[in-house]
Amino acid sequence: MKSFLSVFRSLALLEKTVEKCYISLNGRSSRLVVQLHCKYGVRKIHNLSFQDCESLQAVFDPASCPHVLRAPAKVLGEAVLPFPPALAEVTLGVSHGRRVILRSYQEEEADSTVRAMVTEMSIAEEDFQQLQAQEGVAVTFCLKEFRGLLSFAESANLSLSIHFDTPGRPAIFTIEDSLLDGHFVLATLSEPDLQSQDLSSQQPRQPEPPLQAHSTPNLDDFTNDDIDSYMIAMETTLASEGSRALPSFSISPGPQPPCSPGPNSEDDEAEPSTVPGTPPPKKFRSLFFGSILAPVHSPQAPSPVLAEDSEGEG
Amino acid sequence: MKFRAKIADTGCLNHFTRISNMIAKLAKTCTLRISPDKLNFILSDKVANGGVSMWCELEQENFFSEFQMEGISAENNEIYIELTAENLSRALKTAQNAKALKIKLTNKHFPCLTVSVDLLSISSSSRIVTHDIPIKVIPRKLWKDLQEPVVPDFDVSIYLPVLKTMKSVVEKMKNISSYLIIEANLNGELNLKIETELVCVTTHFKDLGRPPLASGSASQGRNPEQMAEVRIDVKKLLQFLAGQQVNPTKALCNIVNNKIVHFDLLHEDVSLQYFIPALS
Repeated sequence: MKSFLSVFRSLALLEKTVEKCYISLNGRSSRLVVQLHCKYGVRKIHNLSFQDCESLQAVFDPASCPHVLRAPAKVLGEAVLPFPPALAEVTLGVSHGRRVILRSYQEEEADSTVRAMVTEMSIAEEDFQQLQAQEGVAVTFCLKEFRGLLSFAESANLSLSIHFDTPGRPAIFTIEDSLLDGHFVLATLSEPDLQSQDLSSQQPRQPEPPLQAHSTPNLDDFTNDDIDSYMIAMETTLASEGSRALPSFSISPGPQPPCSPGPNSEDDEAEPSTVPGTPPPKKFRSLFFGSILAPVHSPQAPSPVLAEDSEGEG
Repeated sequence: MKFRAKIADTGCLNHFTRISNMIAKLAKTCTLRISPDKLNFILSDKVANGGVSMWCELEQENFFSEFQMEGISAENNEIYIELTAENLSRALKTAQNAKALKIKLTNKHFPCLTVSVDLLSISSSSRIVTHDIPIKVIPRKLWKDLQEPVVPDFDVSIYLPVLKTMKSVVEKMKNISSYLIIEANLNGELNLKIETELVCVTTHFKDLGRPPLASGSASQGRNPEQMAEVRIDVKKLLQFLAGQQVNPTKALCNIVNNKIVHFDLLHEDVSLQYFIPALS
């Protein structure tokens, strides 16, 4: 592609000087010939050598995807701005209140002591021209590729449609105008069997203290995820000499909800077999599911609320 | 333990972002101390930091329209958390076109400082960006190492020259030597010196003002011509200078001969103190 691109490198110059452009194939000498007929009788001829190759035909059908989002590329382009440039993958889904969420996806390494920052962008339904997806669906795909196709769509001022299915099935991004239509197919991460994440161990996550009360499962709400319950747990384990009387509380035993990843939840490590035609499945951290779905395995009655919420959001 | 605060004013938001960018340049990991009236960014003088320490203080009411905090206990109404400074400045960077910014301590799978920004979008619909910055809560028994450093009884106190000029000088000096001598006297003269086997380079700054002296200070009976000097790691000085992207409202340095240099800056209403110890 590089040699072909170099012919059209300076758009401004091309617009000013080129009157016509002929592209032809010279089969005998295996050359793609690009002739630029410019002003003042100047002709620039580029002979680019090519090789015949087998073309791979991807088999996909946007119509077979149950979920569709459509929005101007500009909206989506703005939506990916807050994510760090080095971020590899992003999760796209629909949450409570029909809001579209983009969330940074972090591969969790068992031995990492330094966690990465998690960024989430939430866009209202009104910004979308079409939103045909239920709350709770989500897929994860490569952000770098997504940024690439977004910048193309933005430059052509087009809308982008995203057709997706269950995690693991490809996501199809389409753009269309009178001159062209484009289909970009990206692989999505598949999630491991949710049952296998149903751990009966209460393995603590490091470096947090071993006692942990589960707060009421409403993680999507900014007002309800106070650090209080965690802090109270920490205080009791540190045997602090403070005079504050701490209420006693019970730890809810039993399966951890699927939304708690941790170094010890990686025992379901048996390599899943690869399905031909799909990328090797990676561990799918259902951090995202945890925040938007009602918990699939609801933990026991939520532990008593230990500290009053401060005033709800205005 | 609770913390939630909101910045509603664009000017305050930009100022807070600038301070955060500065802290990110001065320290990789630092401590944030939250108390009812103030926020402090702290770097304690551990060996890991090369003995450099930092104390940055801002009055919360100059920034936040809403501020609620509840410390570890009633007698210790403070919160100390450790975070990667760059995460905060990256999170604030997305708030450039924001209507409002909220910060809150949360526990989403791990303890976080959650920054939530309401963005202005082309359409009138709301767009919200949330950043969960992972933090470590610092237990009370370690708080004693994170208190405001005592300003030493210094020999010389002098106003600094334009920091950008100092920075460009020190940047060039860094290529020649790893150590630098900073010396100053009470006559408003400050020199930056490097010495190697091949070459000695000194940059002289003159006519710098002298800050008013506290009575009883060590420098009172001192000969105004006599220089007090400190030999320091040039990279540490450069890191400090590089962090000052904006010209401070006030900038002075205090030198204790052969012991430590203390930089005392004021960026509008935010104070920054930075200590670089002498190399043995």
